[in-house]
Amino acid sequence: MVAVSGPVPGGMLDVLTGFISELRGAGLPVSLTENLDAMEAIQHIPMEDREAFKYALAATLVKSNAHWRAFETVFDVYFSLRGPQWSVDGEDGEASAEAQAAAAEAMADARRQGEGKGGGAMEGLSAEELAEILFKAMMRDDQAMTRAVARESVTRYAGMEPGRPVGGTYYLYRTLRNLDLEGLMKRLMEAAKEEADGGLTPLEERLLKDEYELRIDQLRKEVEAEIRRRLVADRGAEAMAKTLRKPLPENVDFMHATREELVQLRKAVAPLTRKLAVRLARKRRHGRKGPLDFRNTVRHSLSYGGVPAEPKFRYPRPSKPEIMVVADISGSVAAFARFTLHLVHAISSQFSKVRSFVFVDGIDEVTRFFEGVEDITEAIQRVNTEADVIWVDGHSDYGHAFEVFWERWGKEITPKTSVLLLGDARNNYHASQAWIVKEMRKKARHVFWLNPEPKSYWDTGDSIVGEYAAHCDGVFECRNLKQLEGFVEHLA
Amino acid sequence: MTDTKPIAGQTEARFTDIPSVRDALQSVDYLADEGIAGIVYLADRLGKPVLIEGPAGTGKTELAKSVARMTGARLIRLQCYEGLDESKALYEWNYKKQLLRIQAHRVVESEADGAAAAGDGATWQGIEEDIFSDDFLLTRPLLEAIRATDPVVLLIDEVDRVEVETEALLLELLSEYQVSIPELGTVVANQIPLVFLTSNNTRELSEALKRRCLYLHLDYPDLEREKQIVLTRIPDIGDHLADQIVRIVRSLRALELKKHPSVSETLDWARTLVLLGIENIGAEEATSTLHILLKYQSDITKAAKELSVAPNH
Repeated sequence: MVAVSGPVPGGMLDVLTGFISELRGAGLPVSLTENLDAMEAIQHIPMEDREAFKYALAATLVKSNAHWRAFETVFDVYFSLRGPQWSVDGEDGEASAEAQAAAAEAMADARRQGEGKGGGAMEGLSAEELAEILFKAMMRDDQAMTRAVARESVTRYAGMEPGRPVGGTYYLYRTLRNLDLEGLMKRLMEAAKEEADGGLTPLEERLLKDEYELRIDQLRKEVEAEIRRRLVADRGAEAMAKTLRKPLPENVDFMHATREELVQLRKAVAPLTRKLAVRLARKRRHGRKGPLDFRNTVRHSLSYGGVPAEPKFRYPRPSKPEIMVVADISGSVAAFARFTLHLVHAISSQFSKVRSFVFVDGIDEVTRFFEGVEDITEAIQRVNTEADVIWVDGHSDYGHAFEVFWERWGKEITPKTSVLLLGDARNNYHASQAWIVKEMRKKARHVFWLNPEPKSYWDTGDSIVGEYAAHCDGVFECRNLKQLEGFVEHLA
Repeated sequence: MTDTKPIAGQTEARFTDIPSVRDALQSVDYLADEGIAGIVYLADRLGKPVLIEGPAGTGKTELAKSVARMTGARLIRLQCYEGLDESKALYEWNYKKQLLRIQAHRVVESEADGAAAAGDGATWQGIEEDIFSDDFLLTRPLLEAIRATDPVVLLIDEVDRVEVETEALLLELLSEYQVSIPELGTVVANQIPLVFLTSNNTRELSEALKRRCLYLHLDYPDLEREKQIVLTRIPDIGDHLADQIVRIVRSLRALELKKHPSVSETLDWARTLVLLGIENIGAEEATSTLHILLKYQSDITKAAKELSVAPNH
């Protein structure tokens, strides 16, 4: 098959095959067809245009925006070691020459003579002078200069030693701490204020701040890239690719997600609930046909000359799904709980009848906090401060929480209700009261349990998810977006 | 794989190289970046459809339209929606006409009466062949694009709106550029049309579909490009105003809003400001016209608050 796709230069073929296996290693699904497409695509791309080369590979190999970042990292690492002819940003190309020129200019500023190449030119500078140059580069949005400073500061502050088994984040932290980005930001804003006669309006100030934040972010990325480049040079691309592998967004664990990852997860939740709504609605529409609709049949028979060839049926009246979400928000599942609340909020914006409850050892209804609330952070804030969920000591007690739930709201469960229970079922050795779940299932349409713990931890220690599972329509491990999606698929 | 395609008269390359695509797109007022131009170029070279994904109002549909305009091709558009089926996307038999044809035959037969009785079988076959021929076929967008002899660009808009099952309907067309009609056989494309699919990403498209396409994610453009877009589309806008507009829009996109302003909304806003004769946007001008950029009351309130208060460091 490969032969058909034309004369791929031998070296190229190997390089590309290696690259694709690297991508697969990072978890990206690359099929054989896509592999062949990529081979074909790069033949149409002029070799010297690296940017186009990258886009051609991306267009054929990456079919989801969520995977783009993983692709970029693998691309940078993989091709950075294959000599200068492979590097996209022209490390030793013109960009660097530009940087040198800019550096030399800055040197003159600092009354120094700059020689040598790249960051080397800055060796003689003191820390203050370096900061000064960085400040100027930021003010002018001078990207070549920013890159040069990033390179120099990595040399200076990261303290990288060959063979030291430390991850890139450590070096990144050290470098950035020395650059004092917050102070830089403050200085930039002050300088901008001075520059503008008559002061800045709040709007202008805001716009400027956004602008500078972006530039500083750019600097951070440059530093990160530089560290990565050096690590690759030290340890080799293959080893680095492994350590740089971050889980793809859909595999990020809710419980251990970083703040940045959580933001991305939250964005992904909204479409998911829309999907859930669509699925449920479709199920209603495609459901069992109702009794014969005589009028409609006769009407349609006219197009067949009075022969009722196409019987028409009445559709059953669609019932509105009612959802009750009962979520554990105790400390052991705190990270998951925050995510859960987002999910609840997203669900309640899609369905008309959603009631939500949160519990630790006491339980409280929180539907009102989500109703008509646009700002989810505010709603979560209110749930955390106002909901009455502590009964005795603030350690989860599923048994008691369920008991109260059953007593107060149990009557409102109808055959139309789907009950979603969210929690790790770590009950601190209290009574399980599993009979309540059993009763719930008798009354409700479905009872589902979503557990944020890995399956292998279930029923270990004080986890009693097994006891409840016996009475649920399904218990699902729900640690990441992929599994949550799996659950949604299962519902339909 | 390419040489096995049974396409009569391989379509000639439309573009010579990537920069020329970019320039051509520019000439029809579409500002493409490196990635966009590269993919349009590849789509032509590889004869593959392009799947464009991204937030609403970033110019997905516009790209297809612009490509059509730039190549001077006819744009055939299939708007997807839930419940779209074969008879609306591919083809349908014109059964009314078929019925008429059969009736007409009956009338002739009854006039001739018993005489024709012997040749009954033959005429039936004749009719069957007759009513399942081209004359009775209603072409829908997909089939139309395949059968076109003039240059066409096929746009399958908002493909994420159809159900997963319906997606399958597109697969044969997208990979082989042919449509199989049981009664007629296979209709093979005269030429490979440029095909664009757009998706707002409301659901994950099936692997099978993605595999057959080149993938392009269209995000909000960066500052420079958006400014250029504003300047190209609204010629009588000042450089300063355009700059301010895109900066404010960028700040708004950084906020956590229900719906971020799209490029088309930026353009609407710019047009409004020009009409109002505003040269310099202050907090007041911005907040009073925010409803053009943002479509939710809560977003407007939030943005108005953010824009009129100085940020705290």
